[in-house]
Amino acid sequence: MIKALHIAVKDFRIEAHAKELLNSMLLFSFLILVVFSIAFSELTSSSGNIAMLGAGVLWICFVFAGTLGFSRAFASETQNGAIQALKICPMSPISIYLGKVVFTISIMLIVEAITVILFSILFNYTILSPLFVIVVIGGTIGFASVGVLLSALVQNIKAKEIMLPVLLLPLLVPVLLPAVSATSAIFKGGDLGMITTYLRILFVYDIVFLAVASIVFEYVIED
Amino acid sequence: MNYGKYERVTSLLSGILMTAAVYSVFFVLPVMKDDSGNALDTSFNIFYFHLPIAIISYIAFTVVFIANVQYLRTREISWDILARSSAEIGLIFAFLVLASGSVWAKHIWGWYWVWEPRLTTSLVLFLVYAVYLLLRNSIDAVESRARLSSVFGIVGFVSVPLSFFSIRLWRSAHPLMFGDSLYGQSGGGLEGTTLQTVLLINVAAFISLYIALLIYKLGNEYLLENIEELKNF
Repeated sequence: MIKALHIAVKDFRIEAHAKELLNSMLLFSFLILVVFSIAFSELTSSSGNIAMLGAGVLWICFVFAGTLGFSRAFASETQNGAIQALKICPMSPISIYLGKVVFTISIMLIVEAITVILFSILFNYTILSPLFVIVVIGGTIGFASVGVLLSALVQNIKAKEIMLPVLLLPLLVPVLLPAVSATSAIFKGGDLGMITTYLRILFVYDIVFLAVASIVFEYVIED
Repeated sequence: MNYGKYERVTSLLSGILMTAAVYSVFFVLPVMKDDSGNALDTSFNIFYFHLPIAIISYIAFTVVFIANVQYLRTREISWDILARSSAEIGLIFAFLVLASGSVWAKHIWGWYWVWEPRLTTSLVLFLVYAVYLLLRNSIDAVESRARLSSVFGIVGFVSVPLSFFSIRLWRSAHPLMFGDSLYGQSGGGLEGTTLQTVLLINVAAFISLYIALLIYKLGNEYLLENIEELKNF
């Protein structure tokens, strides 16, 4: 686990130098918000409508920005054969995987926090709920655990830029379905009792995806 | 590998069972009556196709999953051939589940499609395996194609239990036939020996159809492998 954190710290250092991932994800997420405000311009005047649209808008931003991030999650390792060096390191593939997941979750949470702030400003709608934070974290864990695995998987494929979103989205449905439903319930004023079922499904899938992905990860990076 | 004999036996068997199944659904089933004795809508009869098709798609994808795990463990190409053969058949059945369900839904609910959890997860199941086959097509190298698609198949398989249990987790418009649901009533069940027999014949017919198709497909895939080998010779 300590070794996994080393991997995450390494990625943070690279990101702190280049900042290409964070910047592009943030801008992309912001642009999607703008597109939505144009698309739903007639609906955004009342806060009741925002409560209905908000969950969908936010999660689409998270998913699109996250997908953009995943396409780069392993790109830095394939350059100059860095992945070979990483495999020589005295650590299990599970550590590499977990390190990447920790890094991706952190980056995504930063992007998501800023997106939510921008959303509150642009749509004049405040969400201050600890439940919302829990749902977003739960969704992000599931999202990153599948995303990192597939990001490594597509590195050996011809059309990897096209294939990643196509592979990712169907697998994410079990995570997105409860996350969006729970967010939408919170926006409509739901309390913990109303979203317990969703939270249970969400975290069960987080654990399942993390466990399965850590086991199969070594087969993805083996050649 | 030569499957000629099995091909003939299983296709004959599934042909006979299929004829019996179709005959029993259209001619043997009694007209269903409700409590006050009025004849019920016969559109329910599509259920005798809908359920076996759904069962077959689950079986086919379970076979894919087992073959994927076995491939990663043993690295024998025959497991990969089994996985891709079963995935293609499963995809067809997953589509037929959606199609037969939609026809039925149009009649009962008035819409071909409603966005409710059971239907959504069935659709996602279909999409996962459509993407699985797409992934297979986009990798050229035999070894990495088998390995990477196995990984995807294993992760994708976790969406199957979700599809299966979603009906118990969410309130759903989709009826539940067996077991207990959250909304009070236990499964509707089927009463009467005739109905159960008809259902059993249909399930048996579709299982034998799956086996027949799988054997045909496996035979074709092995021939394809042989051709590739001869080409590279």
